[in-house]
Amino acid sequence: MWRNKQLTRALWLFLLAFFGAAFAAAQNAAQPNTCVDCHSAMDAPLKVTAEQFAQDVHAQKGLGCVSCHGGDATKDDPDEAMGKKAGFRGKIKRTDIPALCGKCHSDAAYMRQHNPSLRTDQLSQYQTSVHGKQLAKGDTNVAVCVDCHGVHDLRAPKDPRSPVYPANVPATCARCHADSNHMKAYKIPTDQFEKYKASAHYEALTVRGDLSAPNCATCHGNHGAAPPGVSTVQNVCSTCHVFQAQLFEASPHKAAFQAASMPGCITCHSNHKIVHTSDTMLGTAKGSVCTDCHSEGDNGYKAASEIALHLGKLDTSMKQADDLVSKAQDSGMEVSEAKTDLDQARDSLTKARVTIHSLDVARVKADVEAGLKTTEKAHEAGTAALQERDFRRKGLGLSLIAILIMLVGLAMYIRQIEKPQART
Amino acid sequence: METQEHAAVQPGRRRLAQFILGGGFVATVVSFLYPVLRYLVPPMLPDLGGDEVVAAKVGDLKPNSYKIFRFGSRPGLLVYTADSEYRAMSATCTHLSCIVQYRGDLREVWCACHNGMYDLNGRNISGPPPRPLDAYQVHVRGDEIVVSRKREA
Amino acid sequence: MFNVIRKWLDERFGWEELMAPLRHKKVPLHKFSAWYFLGGMTLFLFGIQVVTGILLLLYYRPSANEAFESVQYIMTRVQFGWLIRSIHSWSANLMIFFAFAHMFSVAFLRAYRKPRELTWVSGILLLFLVLGFGFSGYLLPWNTLAFFATKVGTEITGQVPVVGHAMLVFLRGGEEVTGATLTRFFGFHVALLPGITTALLALHILLIQRLGMSAPPSVEAEWAASPEKKREMSFFPNFMLREMMAWYIALGILGALAAIAPWELGTKADPFAAAPAGIKPEWYFLFMFQTLKMIPAKVGFIDGEVLGVLLFGLGGLLWLLLPFFDRGERRSARWTMGALVFVVAYVVAMTVYGHVAK
Repeated sequence: MWRNKQLTRALWLFLLAFFGAAFAAAQNAAQPNTCVDCHSAMDAPLKVTAEQFAQDVHAQKGLGCVSCHGGDATKDDPDEAMGKKAGFRGKIKRTDIPALCGKCHSDAAYMRQHNPSLRTDQLSQYQTSVHGKQLAKGDTNVAVCVDCHGVHDLRAPKDPRSPVYPANVPATCARCHADSNHMKAYKIPTDQFEKYKASAHYEALTVRGDLSAPNCATCHGNHGAAPPGVSTVQNVCSTCHVFQAQLFEASPHKAAFQAASMPGCITCHSNHKIVHTSDTMLGTAKGSVCTDCHSEGDNGYKAASEIALHLGKLDTSMKQADDLVSKAQDSGMEVSEAKTDLDQARDSLTKARVTIHSLDVARVKADVEAGLKTTEKAHEAGTAALQERDFRRKGLGLSLIAILIMLVGLAMYIRQIEKPQART
Repeated sequence: METQEHAAVQPGRRRLAQFILGGGFVATVVSFLYPVLRYLVPPMLPDLGGDEVVAAKVGDLKPNSYKIFRFGSRPGLLVYTADSEYRAMSATCTHLSCIVQYRGDLREVWCACHNGMYDLNGRNISGPPPRPLDAYQVHVRGDEIVVSRKREA
Repeated sequence: MFNVIRKWLDERFGWEELMAPLRHKKVPLHKFSAWYFLGGMTLFLFGIQVVTGILLLLYYRPSANEAFESVQYIMTRVQFGWLIRSIHSWSANLMIFFAFAHMFSVAFLRAYRKPRELTWVSGILLLFLVLGFGFSGYLLPWNTLAFFATKVGTEITGQVPVVGHAMLVFLRGGEEVTGATLTRFFGFHVALLPGITTALLALHILLIQRLGMSAPPSVEAEWAASPEKKREMSFFPNFMLREMMAWYIALGILGALAAIAPWELGTKADPFAAAPAGIKPEWYFLFMFQTLKMIPAKVGFIDGEVLGVLLFGLGGLLWLLLPFFDRGERRSARWTMGALVFVVAYVVAMTVYGHVAK
């Protein structure tokens, strides 16, 4: 090959072209970015690296440093790159940030070019929020767009690494709202995140990975974030917990709570620390929410104790059936049908626990009776399984006795045919 | 069966041994044959297998109503729509496994637990449910409404 | 009464002449004689398998849609279905255990020496068939464990060089484990394997009857030196009556296992679900499985799993041809004993290790 001059030349040309292209490609594909060249070598808060910026969703859409900061990204000289002539804006003032983001994100025609289905009302929503209103007064302590969404490595909300990914939202809000120093001036509690972490919703979100579980933004709004308000908070809960809300609306509590300015669902269930409900919340014993208002002698107290009684009956019946079926299963019995009955019974119990929001004792009783029928069936199935197990063991015993007799007979017969001496 | 010099053993002992042997033999044969013979008799309920089940009889359901039936060991939902069409799907909500129901007023399948909604094809259309409900096929055979699962490969 | 029947048969089939060899069959009595029971026990358990298997055939449905449900039906609805099915599953495991025990006892007692080489060869082939029965039968309930065990097992088969992929496709009835695999395994389990096994079993038993029972070399030597020490028992009826006692005990144990520790149903296989963590084959494949797991991913330039499969293949072949290596001289006898001890120790150790390993 080295003898062939033409081929050698072609090879060199090829190698040159290849490395040239590789070199060019290595230099940030879209356009030269002298901003990053310097800023990647600086310390925080001026540090922005190329790797960081490559993750940014705006960068991926072709927008660069100059889109927000102005200046000239092709010039090496800092005076030219960051000069007034180049339109350099420098570090954007916090009070200006929402308007800057809104310049594009509220422009429907512009957004249509990039992502037609994205909403364009974030800025107007923000302006109705507590954050927005405070910012308008000049308070720079409150959250602006970049505080929640990130900046320079801003990711889409559906990216699990984004601070506004549903499972990350509580921690993002808590960055300020759980910091008592930060929140000193506002005289609102800073324990919401701690309380929320103890809730069933947090567990659903983080442990079960159920992204439909409510985070801060679900009830408070994201851009238009504000507390829901005492008289309207139950509208928020009722978007998922429809049945309970409907029953509550029709119950005597609705009018009573409204008259006493009590915040609907929150009264018994709390707003942030919404723990898994249990039957101990009902009735008249210690730990019940009913006795917070009701005392012995009034109608509510009576109803509470009756409701708790009925639910307790169903719960006990279910546990007994469950025990039986488990015992049968542990002994090796096949109990898949009994388990199906148990599932249905569990469903009835859940339904009964929802019906209590109507405060209608008769209605709860009806649901409980229906549930008891199912638990009885499950109970019967469990008992039948255990009886079958006993039957099998008895049968085994009988056949083992038969085998034993046979073995004795065989042994005797063998002895006889092999030891012919007469015995007395 | 040939035996060797059994005559030398006392006849009484011999008879006892034979009695026990014979009795044991009969007892064991009976204890083995009894289950086998009972096994051979087919049970009252010839299961149609995991493939299909009779969910209801024609006329059981009024238009725009539903029924929960058992499919194997899981619950199924049979809907008789307002247009007199039968639809069937799994009744276990894909969110937290509550049993769904058909809402005649909304003409959709609804889960009472967290307000999840599915359309009549089982597709999850609103609320927490992350996946659709498994759809089943419905055939009317005579006066029986037979629900069957899709065939596996 | 028996005499009347015997006379009737003799006048038509020459019954006495046919039965004569059986009457003369002798069983040597020495300190190792207890091991002679193992072969008959394996045969008896195989008989149990055939009977319970045929009974199960009356209700089982070999399609992916219905297999699991039909086994559930047998366990819950059919009268004593639980008994038949549990006996079938337990007896399968016991049979495989006894087959291994019988094989190892024959090896230790050197019963494969001339003229019994073919008995050994047919026996090893029967052992492979029995493992095939276990592997094919295990899939039939179509539960999660069985599905993934089959997937892993056939995957390993695919590692054999050159023909591996063809073997995999042949076993699976396709590229993946599907309902087609189930139907195919069912065909193997109830028709193909029983057919071949019956033929080989007939050969094996015929050879045993023709060649008589062997005694280990040490005992043979002793009896050659002092003929008066030789002790024997008639197979018929003495040894056979004892075997019947053993078989009855086995029946009792099987019944107890079925009633107290029934074979579980598991959950229906879902081909799209992820494999459960820590999936392992049944105990009789554990020693091979564990060995394969322990071989590093690459040994030199050969893929580790391929090497493992090849080594086991080679090992199986050598084991099959064992009588042709051990000619009876003292040196080969020592080698053989050494190899035997090593193999048994290895199999037991790997099985235990495989069982306790995560």
